[in-house]
Amino acid sequence: MDMTLPRRRFDTLIIGAGGAGLNAALQLADSGLRVAVVSKVFPTRSHTVAAQGGVNAALANVLPDSWHWHMYDTVKGSDFLGDQDAIEFMCREAIPTVYELEHAGVPFSRLDNGKIYQRAFGGQNQDFGGPQAARTCAAADRTGHAVLHALYQQNIRAKTHFFDEYFAIDLLRDEEGVALGALVLEIESGDTLVIEAKTTLIATGGCGQVFRTTSNARINTGDGMAMALRAGIPLQDMEFFQFHPTGIAGKGKLITEAVRGEGGYLINGNGERFMERYAPTARDLASRDLVARAIVTEINEGRGCGINKDYVLLRVDHLGEEIIAKRLPGIRESARIFAGLDPALEPIPVFPTAHYSMGGIPTDRFGRVVVPAGEGAEEVVPGLYAAGECACASVHGANRLGGNSLLDILVFGRAAGKDIIDYIKENPHHRPLSEPSLERAVAHLDRWDHQPEKKPAGKGKAKPAAESSVRELREEFRKVMEDHAGVFRTPKSMAEGVKQLKAIRRKLRGLRLKDQSRVFNIARIEALELENMVDVGMAIAVSALGRKESRGAHSREDFPVRDDRQWMKHSLYFREKDRLEYKPVRSKPLTVKGFPPAERVY
Amino acid sequence: MLQQELPGSDERDRLRWQCRRGMLELDLLLEAFLEEDYPGLPDQEKEAFSRFLGLEDPQLHDWLMGGGSPDDPAFAALICKLQTSLHNNPRATSSDT
Repeated sequence: MDMTLPRRRFDTLIIGAGGAGLNAALQLADSGLRVAVVSKVFPTRSHTVAAQGGVNAALANVLPDSWHWHMYDTVKGSDFLGDQDAIEFMCREAIPTVYELEHAGVPFSRLDNGKIYQRAFGGQNQDFGGPQAARTCAAADRTGHAVLHALYQQNIRAKTHFFDEYFAIDLLRDEEGVALGALVLEIESGDTLVIEAKTTLIATGGCGQVFRTTSNARINTGDGMAMALRAGIPLQDMEFFQFHPTGIAGKGKLITEAVRGEGGYLINGNGERFMERYAPTARDLASRDLVARAIVTEINEGRGCGINKDYVLLRVDHLGEEIIAKRLPGIRESARIFAGLDPALEPIPVFPTAHYSMGGIPTDRFGRVVVPAGEGAEEVVPGLYAAGECACASVHGANRLGGNSLLDILVFGRAAGKDIIDYIKENPHHRPLSEPSLERAVAHLDRWDHQPEKKPAGKGKAKPAAESSVRELREEFRKVMEDHAGVFRTPKSMAEGVKQLKAIRRKLRGLRLKDQSRVFNIARIEALELENMVDVGMAIAVSALGRKESRGAHSREDFPVRDDRQWMKHSLYFREKDRLEYKPVRSKPLTVKGFPPAERVY
Repeated sequence: MLQQELPGSDERDRLRWQCRRGMLELDLLLEAFLEEDYPGLPDQEKEAFSRFLGLEDPQLHDWLMGGGSPDDPAFAALICKLQTSLHNNPRATSSDT
């Protein structure tokens, strides 16, 4: 045990510097607490920067609106799996959260009267499912960047301490389960550091990289989710992953629905407009999940395109060069750069792209991490918080609405910050560091450098991993996830997926680093990321196999309908023995009447 | 593969981490460029690439997606190369991301 590891102490450690982490940090730093933010990339390179759409809040600046209507849309959108207390909280808090951001300097687009402009988005209605609402506040098409930039500047002003390009290895908890901080690694030097904290917030974002085709950045490897799993905390509702039907095949880059809105359509390997068979009326404009499943069905049944028949084609060339240049200029450029073709002359190869994880680390509406405690009850993990895409509050349930993801990260980042302030008032002292917990974290890092004492099950001597073998295993893993835990789910395929993931997990245990240098050893970081991805991937696959119904983003061939009687409950996946538990949906809001489950029709 | 034990591999690893961005589009283009095109660049262009990576994501995204052009001529030349980086090299055109 290395007792010489340098240690730093803060009131709060925040892991991740996207919208959730930075909004929490700002609440804390402004109240005079000492805050450390650890981020594996420079903070303004967090994935929040890619959010273009905007933030939903019922400000009623353009059309009449109310947080209660917003709440109804969110509950319905969640396919009745969202917790209604958390949803009510989010929709009410949306309003002060947006005004607070405005004051923090986010340059929201404005109306002529000076109020914040709000645009219409799918899934938003007035009057409980009535006419279209206008609820999304945006800063042109750079909302995520504007938010991130403003929050970063404010945190610098408030003297938040940033550990840029530090990678968090593992959470530290004492024997009573209280969170004590984390072991982190400085990427440049390879040096480790213990950050002790009275409270720890996990805000590491999503995990889209577990799928071969994803719109998520390379950094989205589910690090915080996996850290929670290794600390014995379950992940909730991981089977619910939102796919966008048209990503550029093999690249993941998202091609907006607007292309189909302008008359673009999909064809299979036989040149057939196959959406006519799946949705005779809406055809190519059917809902995202339906189009995504239709594409994968065509491919699975041998009607894909290309040598491997593993994509379909999106045609726009019939619209003519003039219309494409006028209405879809960005798409032309994207296709040229990412698919190497001109869509005015050739169709674009597409495949569904993994976009957003509804599931994550279970929390209550204060951002506190909660775990089961015996029959039906749950308890808070003292000092541990989670917010943003890595968390599951749960406001998106089985399906997230557009404009609600930035909202989620900002509202719950802020709520966690406020709750942490109260927690520290009541728990003002650092607890002693747990040496066994630190030893486990150090061993997790060191194991990449050392031969295991006993050989991994079913394998020979551990193999020194050239960078290439980590990369090869990563690609093998992501393909298994895409084929067996993606859009199209059959019991046979999912069971096969879990089996293959177990084999990958065994291979991973046998890998070691060939290059054990410390300075800027990116191979080491990629190996640690792969470990995280495999843990999270297993959570998705096992949870999907467990849920015997179709709801929201989770669709099974053998159980094609929603089953509220048996399945209106949340999944909890535990890493130990790949175990599943379930807990009830919280159907009772805070102050209003609950919305009973109804068929989700748009 | 990158991880050759050559002088300067620390610098390449440093750049490789700087190519990790908040947007997938930037990851794909920057990484393909670094792996395939960067090693053959003259020092001056290598230095320009290093500076380029210091800019904010939306700025890089705008330029690479054809929205406006930078004043710095060194960046303009880089952008042309980056835009074709995925399709000038066979490894990056496979389904590997």
